[in-house]
Amino acid sequence: MDYGFTTAAYVVAAILFILSLGGLSGQESAKRAVWYGMAGMALAVAATLIGPGSGLWLLSLIMIAGGGAIGWVVAQRVQMTAMPQLVAAMHSLVGLAAVFVGFNADIELGRVLAMDPAARAGLEGFAAVLAHKTPVEVSILRVEVFLGVFIGAVTFTGSVIAFGKLAGKVNTAAQKLPGGHMLNAGAAAASVLLGVLYFNDAGIWSLILMTLLAFFIGYHLIMGIGGADMPVVVSMLNSYSGWAAAAIGFSLGNDLLIVVGALVGSSGAILSYIMCKAMNRSFVSVILGGFGGTSGPAMEISGEQVAIDAEGVAAALNDADSVIIVPGYGMAVAQAQQSVSELTRKLRAAGKTVRFAIHPVAGRLPGHMNVLLAEAKVPYDIVMEMDEINEDFPSTDVVIVIGSNDIVNPAAQEDPNSPIAGMPVLEVWRAKQVFVSKRGQGTGYSGIENPLFFKDNTRMFYGDAKKSLDQLLPMID
Amino acid sequence: MKIGAPKEIFPGEARVAMTPDSALQLQKLGHECFVEAGAGKGAGISDAAYAGAGVTVLQDAAALFAAVDVLAKVRPPSEAEVQMLRAGQTLISFFYPAQNTELLEQAKAQGATVIAMDMVPRISRAQKMDALSSMANIAGYRAVIEAGSNFGRFFTGQVTAAGKVPPAKVLVVGAGVAGLAAIGTATSLGAIVHAFDVRPEVSEQIESMGASFVFLEFEPTQDGAATGGYAAPSSPEFREKQLAKFRELAPEMDIVITTALIPGRPAPKLWTEDMVALMKPGSVVVDLAAERGGNCDLTVPDEKIVSPNGVTIVGYTDFPSRMAAQASTLYSTNIRHMMTDLTPKKDGAIFQNMEDDVIRGATVTHDGAITFPPPPPKIAAIAAAKPKEKVRELTHEEKRAAETAAFKKQTRDQVALLAVGGALLLAVGLVAPASFMQHFIVFVLAVFIGFQVIWNVSHSLHTPLMAITNAISSIIILGALMQIGSGNFLVILLAALAIFMAGINIFGGFLVTRRMLAMFQKS
Repeated sequence: MDYGFTTAAYVVAAILFILSLGGLSGQESAKRAVWYGMAGMALAVAATLIGPGSGLWLLSLIMIAGGGAIGWVVAQRVQMTAMPQLVAAMHSLVGLAAVFVGFNADIELGRVLAMDPAARAGLEGFAAVLAHKTPVEVSILRVEVFLGVFIGAVTFTGSVIAFGKLAGKVNTAAQKLPGGHMLNAGAAAASVLLGVLYFNDAGIWSLILMTLLAFFIGYHLIMGIGGADMPVVVSMLNSYSGWAAAAIGFSLGNDLLIVVGALVGSSGAILSYIMCKAMNRSFVSVILGGFGGTSGPAMEISGEQVAIDAEGVAAALNDADSVIIVPGYGMAVAQAQQSVSELTRKLRAAGKTVRFAIHPVAGRLPGHMNVLLAEAKVPYDIVMEMDEINEDFPSTDVVIVIGSNDIVNPAAQEDPNSPIAGMPVLEVWRAKQVFVSKRGQGTGYSGIENPLFFKDNTRMFYGDAKKSLDQLLPMID
Repeated sequence: MKIGAPKEIFPGEARVAMTPDSALQLQKLGHECFVEAGAGKGAGISDAAYAGAGVTVLQDAAALFAAVDVLAKVRPPSEAEVQMLRAGQTLISFFYPAQNTELLEQAKAQGATVIAMDMVPRISRAQKMDALSSMANIAGYRAVIEAGSNFGRFFTGQVTAAGKVPPAKVLVVGAGVAGLAAIGTATSLGAIVHAFDVRPEVSEQIESMGASFVFLEFEPTQDGAATGGYAAPSSPEFREKQLAKFRELAPEMDIVITTALIPGRPAPKLWTEDMVALMKPGSVVVDLAAERGGNCDLTVPDEKIVSPNGVTIVGYTDFPSRMAAQASTLYSTNIRHMMTDLTPKKDGAIFQNMEDDVIRGATVTHDGAITFPPPPPKIAAIAAAKPKEKVRELTHEEKRAAETAAFKKQTRDQVALLAVGGALLLAVGLVAPASFMQHFIVFVLAVFIGFQVIWNVSHSLHTPLMAITNAISSIIILGALMQIGSGNFLVILLAALAIFMAGINIFGGFLVTRRMLAMFQKS
């Protein structure tokens, strides 16, 4: 058992992980970053197998290989549009693993404490670490285990529900059991109570009960959050899985776990913060579910939605010099990114300026649209962020909105009573002409009427986004 | 009801408030029409033409005043005319109630209802009765024609066998209805037209008529829309800038048409004597504000004069009357529309609906009481312009000051954060054992590094970031690997399961990230 070697390997692995995250600052360096991450993980696992993870390493390898094979297949097969579900599903695995490891720590602790001093001296590995703990350290360990299990459990059920909502298997509307927040608060209070009992040697039953309560909290918390807030939820769960790993790291006395857990935790927290800011919502109100209270009736919308057919859109596109495309979740649902890419290619070949405007919360995952467009081989240097492109709408001839709704809703600026008032939006209505590709006349994810659709310079291009675009493509010259 | 139009008694006034055409329309509303003999003469309408349209021609004003219930006039009534009104009678004409308070009192004393055509509110619905606009339109057109007849050259530039003719340069000051009409007329004649207005928001209208807007670099102080679309008095500094600009333009301009009026005030002096002196001989100034004192210093109302340096200054006050036929057609149509609103049931009975914004606004005396000024209309005349964001260039010092302030604030925030964080760490350190503190320090540092690193992640890479952090968070496998060596079967089982799940995550997460990143490519 060469602990010195393990520690050194951990340091290298930690540095590799930091480089890996830092490398994501640019598209080109990101390709290198993912290799850093893989190398770091391989090093960490290898060092642990050789070092403190003594015994049964064959079983460990088999389990890793088995899991790895499944992971490999999933990663190869997954559709890019299904990315949000996949990420959510994988979070749930981390959460559950954290719960298991936490339980193990408690079981081991119980076993070690029951031994006499002589037997303790002969222990190896993790048990040996536990054996050397003073009573104070033991109670701290319990706090850590408790926290790790709690966060892990919330992450697990939360991610499962998030997965269900994103995959369309669970109703995406915000739902709450009667009692609402009180139920969550009650469960949390009960968990704290159980925690106190657990610290006072109440035994493993308190830990199990607390886990069940945490499962419930995770379930109920995420059920209460509407589908439109999923980008925040996913990044929040990501953060939780990190904190769970960090807490487990404390209880196991493993610095690498702590470092990586903290990295992942802070990363998810920052992402959540960025998402909330993009939607002009407070983090608390997203987490507690539902929109903030509105102060009055929504602005009356006058006028009507005027439909247009593919020929009309094609004529306008052929006349236009500059075009901006605003994709949204609807594009992902219709799998229309290839058609969008083809349209872009044709328009660019005709010498027109084509750009993409991406709202920070477009789609169901931070950066969702970028990934889809990249998959369809849309060059990333014509894909712009909201702040980069918002000023350019007035000088744009044609804007095509594909399956986005709330992120182009002028009510956010014009109607102080709107639930999305104050949220930064793409100001597409300032362009000379706007075409909205949309399945039907219904409202968006948030259920808010969109005055954009009623504006004089807006035409509705009804139909499935992919079919509409495919119909449009031959008419572009 | 009986409606009648008397002959205008104001000297030189050729317009008439009713034409045979409008009389036909009024009869459809159930009214009977009357006219004083010779009323239409100036506008080229004979008494026979009236009679042909079913209008009763009465011999003199006294007979007309006695016969009718509603009097339609163009000019404000004279005192003698007001004396002839009786209680319950309605007078519709220009009235200028703010300037003619005595006349107003008199009309009230007579018990007559007076509807002032100049008080029709400027809302979309009332445009058809907006006689001020229809008259201003004529004045603007006529101003260009007058200027042309006094100007010795072509408007349009021509290259002829006999030599090259430069186009005339026209400056229009004040882009109200008259100013815009003048711009349109002058551009269609081929002149190069510049136009100025104190309301920067009309620059679009000016440009739409084909003129270029004379831009003045000045902070706008007031929103023109707040005054119902009319100009408001400007500040002395603004005036100075404006005059300096005019002085710069004066030598180039062949024709200057001034239309600047501020409601309820004498016309502002904008074209001073020295500007006239700067102009070329043969140039023309047409002052449409002459009736209210004139925009030009040298203007003599109702006269055409020539300045010492040979600039013609036209100060006529009767431009619409000079085109009496056109003016009468438009004015009588305005009156007819007003009557349409006053007889909503088309049964010849007048309903003075004081709840109606338009009728309420135009009525200045009713039922023996003065109803002027009217309350503000319920509908805003013009949608208030959104206040423009100030994009003032910061001076160098201000920038520096702002930067320093931001820097100081940042420093303060950071120091405060560090102090609080340090205190918390110390507090934890006081109670926790050293072994815990070791890990805790590592934890805090890692969080710190995480925050530093993640802020730099490109927005478009947030999904790969999530995937890769997800893969990395399966570092939890280390915990399971350490525990799997335990002697307890349950521990081994749980640890093995945890390793299995983390394995899925490691491979799935990293591979998916790689797949995504490989797709990002430059054009």
